Amino acid sequence: MPVNLPIYLDHNATTPVDPRVLEAMLPYFTTKFGNAASRNHSFGWEAEAAVDKAREQAASLINASPKEIIWTSGSTESNNLAIKGAAYMYEKAPRTAEGGRGHIVTCAIEHKAVLDPVKRLMREGFDATFIDPPRDGVVRREHVEAALRPDTILVSIMWANNEIGTINEVPEIGALCHERDIIFHTDATQWVGKMPTNVETDNIDLLSWSGHKIYGPKGVGALYVRRRKPRVRLVALMDGGGHERGFRSGTLNVPGIVGFGAACECCSTDMDKDRERLLALRQHLENSITRQLDVVQINGHPTRRLPHTANISFGFVEGESLMMGIKEIAVSSGSACTSASLEPSYVLKGLGVGDDLAHSSLRFGLGRITTREQIDYTIEHVVKAVNHLRSMSPLYDMHKEGIDISKIQWAQH
Amino acid sequence: MAYSEKVIRHYEQPSNVGSFGTTAEVKTKKEIGVGIVGAPECGDVMQLQIKVSDKGVIEDAKFKTFGCGSAIACSSLATEWLKGKTLDEGVAIKNTELVQELSLPPVKIHCSVLAEDAIRAAVNDYKKKNGLAADGGHDGPKIDAVACRPNGN
Repeated sequence: MPVNLPIYLDHNATTPVDPRVLEAMLPYFTTKFGNAASRNHSFGWEAEAAVDKAREQAASLINASPKEIIWTSGSTESNNLAIKGAAYMYEKAPRTAEGGRGHIVTCAIEHKAVLDPVKRLMREGFDATFIDPPRDGVVRREHVEAALRPDTILVSIMWANNEIGTINEVPEIGALCHERDIIFHTDATQWVGKMPTNVETDNIDLLSWSGHKIYGPKGVGALYVRRRKPRVRLVALMDGGGHERGFRSGTLNVPGIVGFGAACECCSTDMDKDRERLLALRQHLENSITRQLDVVQINGHPTRRLPHTANISFGFVEGESLMMGIKEIAVSSGSACTSASLEPSYVLKGLGVGDDLAHSSLRFGLGRITTREQIDYTIEHVVKAVNHLRSMSPLYDMHKEGIDISKIQWAQH
Repeated sequence: MAYSEKVIRHYEQPSNVGSFGTTAEVKTKKEIGVGIVGAPECGDVMQLQIKVSDKGVIEDAKFKTFGCGSAIACSSLATEWLKGKTLDEGVAIKNTELVQELSLPPVKIHCSVLAEDAIRAAVNDYKKKNGLAADGGHDGPKIDAVACRPNGN
């Protein structure tokens, strides 16, 4: 079967809206356009009922109660609300003996939407510890335990990493936090909808996720806020009409929320099937590439990874030029040449992947629309492009001549 | 980022890829000048080799580059331009000329700077091997200000 080009293999960045989701959303743009906060006419009631249904669908996906779901604009907002809202609510008053407002634990390879709120809180008088992950990228209970202090008020550890797909010990870290009466937040943007989630048995207090990573629309997200054992409180960041029980003012994005709910329901239905199929495809991709090319490294833990994510470093070729050689395949590069800074991925660097290999890495994000034929095409063209680039790579020559590139004194540094 | 057609052509069909021998071999060849600039951690390493005649004319030039498409295009174009030039004409090639010919965007100017430095390094290596005074400008990759920065000048 011929492959339609281009091929989309960047599902960790965003996903297409599932046709079932779009169909559910459409009436809420035109005929059912009411404001869910309009309590005195049928247009409002209709919108409110749709939002309530979506809240149930979202809650059901993570085994929460609908009352524990707060609508937001996406994971960035959910993370900001969870981290800043919890820090301001649970800050040490009076301040600690050292004058701090409280201590936060997170990890150095979190998404910027977690790191930057924590850094802002540090400027405002909070302390923070950024755990350096081990080489396999998996943050474990013991790492968090070692970072805790008597004044720790919040732990925020992502469930699965967006660049390498590694899965952290979230239920175990949650249990630890509950033993110590510390609020536990997880950025589950890459996890929820793809993998089974149960906020009760997984010991989660606050959980962020986003519509567009789960085949729903962009611009809508959710924050799970635990209501009992413990009842988590937050200081709102957005003041206004007191929507979402005061947690997040602002007129609800009804079509987006309807889409979010429908996307959650599709994930509940399709999750097991998608997982197994994508894991088989990813293994085919990884095995074929490592069989056909030398000096290839799969980043992150070998098995404790999301089934649909592969991050591969190709020694002695540069990521951006590799992407140029596979221009019909949409992937993401660990090389940041395309962005404003030329620093390679801080996530890969955080794992101790050398700068040279971090520049040479690609993230393949498989998804619901990925086919076997697309993966076969990808394998063929990645191998071809790597060989083309290695034929003009001075570093590959040096490697073959037995020169240790890491020992060379590169003049600029 | 959208590449110009010329960059894509050099990437897909680069001119003068190769070398005049292994790293050890070229060191002993007096007619060969070698310039290696950049660093793997910056995502760019350019290796430029020139073969110089008795009359001081660059007869042949070859490159190998680890880097983005623009870096490959700059080195490929530099080898095309170097052939037939005297050493002095070679070092007179300016990075801005490469930028113009390849329509490089500002974020890729550092690739052209690297190519200019590779030319100087190769010419100076040849001169050093043959007991000639290295002339002005850089003696290779002294481009600290450029290192790992998007706008290299």
